[in-house]
Amino acid sequence: MAISFDEVEVGTELPGRSFPVTRDTLVRYAGASGDFNPIHWNEKFALEVGLPDVIAHGMFTMAEAVRVVTDWLGDPGAVVEYGVRFTRPVPVPNDGTGAVIDVTAKVAALLEDRKVRVDLVATSGGQKVLGMSRAVVQLA
Amino acid sequence: MPLDPAFIGRTYPPTEPYEVGREKIREFAAAVGDDNPAYSDPEAAKALGHPDVIAPPTFPFVITYRAAAQVVEDPELGLDFTRVVHGDQKFAYTRPVRAGDRLSVVVTIDAIKSLAGNDVLTVRGEVSDGSGEHVVTSLMTLVARAADEAGE
Repeated sequence: MAISFDEVEVGTELPGRSFPVTRDTLVRYAGASGDFNPIHWNEKFALEVGLPDVIAHGMFTMAEAVRVVTDWLGDPGAVVEYGVRFTRPVPVPNDGTGAVIDVTAKVAALLEDRKVRVDLVATSGGQKVLGMSRAVVQLA
Repeated sequence: MPLDPAFIGRTYPPTEPYEVGREKIREFAAAVGDDNPAYSDPEAAKALGHPDVIAPPTFPFVITYRAAAQVVEDPELGLDFTRVVHGDQKFAYTRPVRAGDRLSVVVTIDAIKSLAGNDVLTVRGEVSDGSGEHVVTSLMTLVARAADEAGE
């Protein structure tokens, strides 16, 4: 069921979600995306380059965050623009629990042609991990 | 040594076409844990008006990231990739990537800036399909950290 432009206003909140991420998630994402940078799977290497731990791929976090938007839309093809700034890495400890990425989103602006801008907030461990995280979407 | 601003505007030859397969899209969607049927079920995708399964919004990075290797590995530019982090990423879509697409990327260096000793490089990837129609533009900002901040 497509969301109608007439149903939303500035401030309309999208259903938020939390996305768990473990080392195993990162290995799968590395394989699927082709990004085999060892900072995402090799703890020794990550520590050597000054990171606190293995960190999630920024593009993984970006992929999870937009799910709040695509789940709301139903049709992921209605995303017209999507951008983020990677402000802080998401460390993923090898403790069987990993990390959690919490995402909230709300309609920030009504645009022409029944489009809206959605602003996203993504945090992990209470710290913001994405900045300027925005999607422009086409509503019905 | 800072990157030479003379490289702003440099465009690289179009990449060899990347053929987008249904199973690759399925694998990518599974890796991000997304079970939206538009990514795996052609009938569900058709019901939404797409000719075949579509790819998640960040999937084009799989293709543009490979294409950007031309910049990262350009010996004349001399980027030290061991100091590079991904700063920003944006996509602007004409339509979603879908199974059956043969996508080629034209990569351009849009900007080179120096901020607090860091080199900030904006790499644009224009992704087109087999008939030359625009599909998506990727804007990737890479930050090459100054050597003395490597421990950050």
